[in-house]
Amino acid sequence: MPVIDRHKADKAGDALFKGVSYFFALLVIVLMALIFVVLFKESLLSIRAFGFKFIYTSVWDPVAGEFGALPAIWGTIVSSIIAIVIAVPVSLGIAIFLTEMAPKGLKGPIGTAIELLASIPSIIYGMWGLFIFAPLLSEYVEPYMVDYLGFIPLFNGAPLGIGMLPAGFILAIMIIPFISSVSRDIFQMVPPILKESGYGVGATRWEVIRKVVLPYTRSGIIGAVILGLGRALGETMAVTFLIGNSHRISLALLDPATSISATLANEFTEAVEDLYLSSLVELGLILFVITFIVLALAKLLIGRFSYKGGNL
Amino acid sequence: MTDKIKIKDLNFHYGAKQALKNINLSVKEKEITALIGPSGCGKTTFLRCLNRMHDLYPGNRYEGEIIIDGKNILEKGLDLIKLRSRVGMVFQKPTPFPMSMFENVAFGVKLMGIRKKKEISERVEKALRDSALWDEIKDRLNEPALSLSGGQQQRLCIARAVAVEPEVILMDEPCSALDPVATAKIEDLMTDLKKYYTVVIVTHNMQQAARVSEYTGFFMLGEVVEFDFTQKIFTAPANKLTEDYITGRFG
Repeated sequence: MPVIDRHKADKAGDALFKGVSYFFALLVIVLMALIFVVLFKESLLSIRAFGFKFIYTSVWDPVAGEFGALPAIWGTIVSSIIAIVIAVPVSLGIAIFLTEMAPKGLKGPIGTAIELLASIPSIIYGMWGLFIFAPLLSEYVEPYMVDYLGFIPLFNGAPLGIGMLPAGFILAIMIIPFISSVSRDIFQMVPPILKESGYGVGATRWEVIRKVVLPYTRSGIIGAVILGLGRALGETMAVTFLIGNSHRISLALLDPATSISATLANEFTEAVEDLYLSSLVELGLILFVITFIVLALAKLLIGRFSYKGGNL
Repeated sequence: MTDKIKIKDLNFHYGAKQALKNINLSVKEKEITALIGPSGCGKTTFLRCLNRMHDLYPGNRYEGEIIIDGKNILEKGLDLIKLRSRVGMVFQKPTPFPMSMFENVAFGVKLMGIRKKKEISERVEKALRDSALWDEIKDRLNEPALSLSGGQQQRLCIARAVAVEPEVILMDEPCSALDPVATAKIEDLMTDLKKYYTVVIVTHNMQQAARVSEYTGFFMLGEVVEFDFTQKIFTAPANKLTEDYITGRFG
């Protein structure tokens, strides 16, 4: 009977499909685990030599064979925070403009321009930052910052155009496309009828956005911000060009600093001794863990703020 | 009975497409006016003209006059925010905001500039009593509105509209997402509401129109075929089309 044969073939196909899907899904977890294992194994030398001191000391002296990762960790986190502080309001502004205000003729071009920005390689941002943005900053922005805001320790330092703040700026520019295009997609999912309900009781556009659209989309927006943060934490080339690559911790944001990825990019080729190389790998391991913690926190937050129920 | 809303030669276009043709009718004050007709006949489009909800989207155009209390609301430069706080709206599906029940009802009240906590909570309580929801939820006002059932959510939305103390309440198929029991509650509520408010309701359910309204307008293809006392429309319609529709020959 041909019917039964077909049935059998379908069953076999189904099982095969299921197996293949499982395989690829598990592959992701296996890869994650393998990366972790390799990083851990390669950094064992440094872990044995310095222990936890590696994380909280700040001397980075390859000649003396002494390595403390605190400046790099500090730089990674601070530059990312600067980027998020700048990028989130700008991105939300862009996304709100695109979904709620832009006339039809503008929506397409601006949306495409933002997606194009996201696809520019980071080295180009880095070069632009170093050759155009940094001179502008050191000439027209940073001297005034030091003069007028210098009494706040954060806005002090050498106005070189290269340092923690410029790196944060360039990171902000790089993650704005991500955060704004994801937020735009999220805002577009707000049911029109919900917004109309807001207008229906006499709310202005601003009130509808602030009190209806933003609360409704909160968990999605947090997700978008975390996506941007994840990218900022690991961004390498642009930061390496602009952060100044100095293993010092300074509260003054204009001063040169370094980040984990910048240190790796700069020093991997020079690391001839085993301990030096191993310390660099441990830096990578730390970045891996930081990113992991950030994503885990994001999952927790999204769970807490998610929009419960409601089928509009 | 005085006319609350007078519509004169209203034409409405979605871009190039004309959706309403020469609408003329009057909505009486503190009565329920029902709008019936087959899908796509323009009844919801007409309802959304009354608080100019169409203005939220580009390319829509009105002609003619909609006169509320002697003032043409289609005039250029009219304050839409003020208009919408005078002409409230309830939608096809419950649309609670993602906040507590109290905050939902207080939403419009706060927008009106009322800041005193006592006054806000008095108005919330009154609106919830008017919407027959107070006794059911008074002990859990700070819980999210989304924890309510569909029918309760819809009454909460009515309370939200009522709390602003509008003059007119527009209801766009308010029971279409609800079960019969919840529907009956909302219908009871409508008859209570007409003591204070002028109500215009769009409905697919002809029995509902017959049960709750004093006046009924039958729409077809963007035109008003017949507008009269509900009793007359359902017992002795003047137009053959109306008769065919209410007896279920099409639609």
